[in-house]
Amino acid sequence: MLIQRLSLGLLTLFVVSVIIFLAVSMLPGDAAQAMLGQAATEETVEALRKRMGLDQPPYIRYFTWLGGILQGDFGTSIANGREISELLGGRFVNTIHLAVFAAVISVPLALILGLLAALYRNSIYDRSVNVVTLSSISTPEFFVAYILILLVSVKLGWFPSLANVSPDTPFAERLYKTFLPAMTLTLVVVAHMMRMTRAAIINLLASPYIEMAALKGINRRRIITHHALPNAWAPIVNVIVLNLAYLIVGVVVVEVVFVYPGLGQLLVDSVQRRDLPVVQACCLIFAATYVLLNLIADILSILTNPRLLHPK
Amino acid sequence: MTEPESQFESVDAMPPPPRRDEGRLAVAWRELKKAPFSAKIGLIIIVTYIFVALFAPVIAPYGESEIIGPQFELAEKAPPFGTDHLGRDMFTRLIYGARNTVGIALVTTVFAFMLGGTLGILAATLGGWMDQLVSRTVDVLMAIPALIFAMLLLTIFGTSVVNLIIIIGVLDSTRVFRIARAVSLNVVVMDFIESARLRGEGLGWITLREILPNIMPPLVAEFGLRFCFVFLTISALSFLGLGIQPPTADWGSMVRDTSTLITYGELVPLLPAAAIAILTIGVNFVVDWFLHKTSGLKDEH
Amino acid sequence: MNVKNNGVLLEMEGLMIEGFSDEQWHQIVKGVDITLSRGEILGLIGESGAGKSTIGIAAMGYAKPGCRINGGSIRFDGMELTTMPESRRRKLRGSRIAYVAQSAAASFNPAHKLIDQFSEMVIEHGKGTRDQAYADAKDLYGRIKLPDPDRIGFRYPHQVSGGQLQRAMTAMALSCRPDLIIFDEPTTALDVTTQIEVLVTIRDIVEQFNTAAIYITHDLAVVAQMADRIKVLRFGETVEDADTRRMLSDPQKDYTKSLWAVRSFRKEEVAPPPEPTPLMKVENVTATYARGLVPVLRGVDFEVHRGHTVAVVGESGSGKSTAARVITGLLPPQQGRVYFDGKELPRDYHRRTKDQLRQAQMIYQMPDTAVNPRHRIRDIVGRPLSFYLGMTGDAKERRLRELMEMIELDPDLFLDRLPGELSGGQKQRICIARALAAEPSFIICDEVTSALDQLVAEGILRLLDHLQQDLNLAYMFITHDLATVRAIADEVIVMLQGEIVEQGPKEEIFNPPHHEYTELLLSSVPEMDPDWMDRVVAERREKGGMQSAGN
Repeated sequence: MLIQRLSLGLLTLFVVSVIIFLAVSMLPGDAAQAMLGQAATEETVEALRKRMGLDQPPYIRYFTWLGGILQGDFGTSIANGREISELLGGRFVNTIHLAVFAAVISVPLALILGLLAALYRNSIYDRSVNVVTLSSISTPEFFVAYILILLVSVKLGWFPSLANVSPDTPFAERLYKTFLPAMTLTLVVVAHMMRMTRAAIINLLASPYIEMAALKGINRRRIITHHALPNAWAPIVNVIVLNLAYLIVGVVVVEVVFVYPGLGQLLVDSVQRRDLPVVQACCLIFAATYVLLNLIADILSILTNPRLLHPK
Repeated sequence: MTEPESQFESVDAMPPPPRRDEGRLAVAWRELKKAPFSAKIGLIIIVTYIFVALFAPVIAPYGESEIIGPQFELAEKAPPFGTDHLGRDMFTRLIYGARNTVGIALVTTVFAFMLGGTLGILAATLGGWMDQLVSRTVDVLMAIPALIFAMLLLTIFGTSVVNLIIIIGVLDSTRVFRIARAVSLNVVVMDFIESARLRGEGLGWITLREILPNIMPPLVAEFGLRFCFVFLTISALSFLGLGIQPPTADWGSMVRDTSTLITYGELVPLLPAAAIAILTIGVNFVVDWFLHKTSGLKDEH
Repeated sequence: MNVKNNGVLLEMEGLMIEGFSDEQWHQIVKGVDITLSRGEILGLIGESGAGKSTIGIAAMGYAKPGCRINGGSIRFDGMELTTMPESRRRKLRGSRIAYVAQSAAASFNPAHKLIDQFSEMVIEHGKGTRDQAYADAKDLYGRIKLPDPDRIGFRYPHQVSGGQLQRAMTAMALSCRPDLIIFDEPTTALDVTTQIEVLVTIRDIVEQFNTAAIYITHDLAVVAQMADRIKVLRFGETVEDADTRRMLSDPQKDYTKSLWAVRSFRKEEVAPPPEPTPLMKVENVTATYARGLVPVLRGVDFEVHRGHTVAVVGESGSGKSTAARVITGLLPPQQGRVYFDGKELPRDYHRRTKDQLRQAQMIYQMPDTAVNPRHRIRDIVGRPLSFYLGMTGDAKERRLRELMEMIELDPDLFLDRLPGELSGGQKQRICIARALAAEPSFIICDEVTSALDQLVAEGILRLLDHLQQDLNLAYMFITHDLATVRAIADEVIVMLQGEIVEQGPKEEIFNPPHHEYTELLLSSVPEMDPDWMDRVVAERREKGGMQSAGN
């Protein structure tokens, strides 16, 4: 079961890398032509083709590309000729910092609030939470971001609206500067995660064994801790990981709003410049993280399922 | 119901409960009046947006890309909201945005549903290699976050409205496929499908007459949710400069173009963002109510 | 407070319970009185919608989610449960009033070992330590004859079979030595040969500890074995309440009499002599499901003649439904052939002609899922008319009305309804009409009565019998219920684990000598006689212990 899932994860990673690679080769004409435009002379296009290795058959190019990536070599940027790995390094750390910051606040908050909503179902609390979270998930990240900037940064002046960190920014200052972007992500993700947690717990509480526990005269707290929670890990882990994956995507917009030097920002800039090697590299990193998170979710839910833990 | 009097009087002779003789409209109206406050608000929002989108040229004071004054003119001089970074009337652009942004999102969602819905129902009904092929393809497409994948594809194919619709539509159809397949599978295992198969009915009858009527409620709800998702994705892409391109009036790009104003404490950039949020909130409220009605979940207690 | 009023343990007076559905409150239980003495077993019996489970669970002062007690009193051992604070009621649950659910597989928590779920009640109610509880559990597991009683408790629920789980749940109910146990249809989900083991366990253990019990079931024969007294319920009201023997021999109310009479239906007419060519012939069929390597059917041979009813009997996993799937062509067999009227049928239904498909119709177990809920009755019954017979307009309408008359439903009232507006029995009649509309000569009836209440089920059997006489139909009747077989079969096929164990005319099968498994099956079916179980247990002890099928 576990091994099956692990190999499936590896296979997915492989297929994803092939797709990202192929997507670029699907370009009408070829990458070199497209990047230089119709006006370019035949010689310049040919030169670029050589430089990009486009004169070789696709599978060789793929393995060269993949081999390079596995050794940390993502190729060079077309826009400025720099090593892509150089561009990525610090930015990757920044993005991870932001995602972790948001996750550390949002995961416990969402789980507790979601659990409460499920336990006090249909109470005033639950109903208002429903309306608030529904509104929150309906709101674009940039809207939340600008409202926060307007209120907290412009009006109150508590936190900066630009998250301009550099590699040697001290940690405390980093937290201060990334507070607003992290809050933006938190607000959006908490709503999603809470709704999913609530649904998962309500589903669980409807199980016959929960009613049985009540009929055994077990008190409510123990029913939650001993009867519901041991069976809740799989759904909860799933909720968390799905939302972490969501964070990864949300990061892109938030980084742009706060001009934060992360991967998302780089991706958006490169897409605008049609700097394909960089886009490819960023997509691969985002996709790989996403695949890995999903893999971890599945593995954790396999590991916490009593039926699989204690086979017949 | 009385005791069965004789051997021949079956217990099943009891007539069905009398039917309320009223049209669908009357039923819809009665349900509507009972709808929670949030759903009513949602419906009003949706109707308003549709109205604005349809009659944009009539309502708007200026042309869509007409320059009416200096850039970033204050609201006092160009009521009600001032001008944008090129001197176009914000209010006019907001109104046209309803047409463009919502219209494109709607077309994309319809496309995603036609593609994903058809494949999903077929995969569930036919099973076998066809199901395997489509399901595995979808698994792979879904292994890459949609926004990221969309950015990659937009880089390659270029940012035009048609490309945007096709790319987002195809990526989103994977979600539609999953839902359509799952709800169809629930119906396909029913005995009445087996009965239709054993009768010798063709694929057309089974999918259109037997399955489709039974999966409409969840699909309609899903349509609302997917529309919100598509709408937000397109807005995000436009905000990033990768979606709907100028000079088309579009809410996502309007936020981006006027965003510098926010640091001066101006509310203007928030207007198009709010326009996006309000519509999605409205749709979500209605979908929430609809889901509650059709899933038969009576969780009052 | 511990005054024992004449040994009365539980007293419910004018109990009213309502439930919330379709956005309003409906009265489910309408003023029911129950008096239960210490050590007494009361059987609550009724058809679906009688409110028997709701009443049973109310004895614990508990209302299911979506229900509430809205009137009357519940006194347990002198204490009024309806006004008692929830925290005190909770202390009674499990310790003094215990509950055994219908599905043990769903009611045991999958994350904990059986013995820990046993001990939990003891520890939480302060009745003993973990070690004491463990020792007691092993003792009880032994007494109810679970295999390997010292270790079975250390298994997780999914590692134990259904019948054993149900017994383990009975043991768990006893962990605090309660005064009262509520048994809520504890054997309904089990096969008959397993059911009798659980019944014996429950009765022995309740007797040993002199525990009072409320036994809820829809099965009259089961309640006859278990209860000292029977209370018949209908639509949330008491119909009749009397001592078991008197209730069985001398019921007073018409409704009770009709319930009692259900099993008396017997097909009267003798089947016509078999024609030389059987209508349906299954020859040496072996079949496997796509993934499994072990065949679910092995070398199955049988014939069905025009105008005859062949009943195929077996427990879950016997392959009886698979046989039907092979005949209909849904599951092409690995080996063997199926003939219709002397001609071989293509193995896969896709390759059969419209006429071949028309000739063999099928009626399903669950009428709810067998008709499309979005189609009107007119379209459901009318489709075979237009599809096979090309009928349209007036001719179709006339035939539709004729078919409705045949199934004894008023065409004016029913034709334009949706299935959701009909009762289960009415829907099953619609399924019969749909089958008849194709003008078949052979109908497969797959457990057609097992999802229905007994009175309704009997109506369906009578109708099917009646139609057979009129139309000279051949039936293949798949069932696990031997009472149904007795009522309707001409020939019987007994199946076990994919093979035919015994087949022949009904009289031969039901009269000794039997094959060993047929014997076990026949003797496991509860009878209305309250002494039946004692007799069977005694007979089996003589022959050397309880044997059980399939293990």
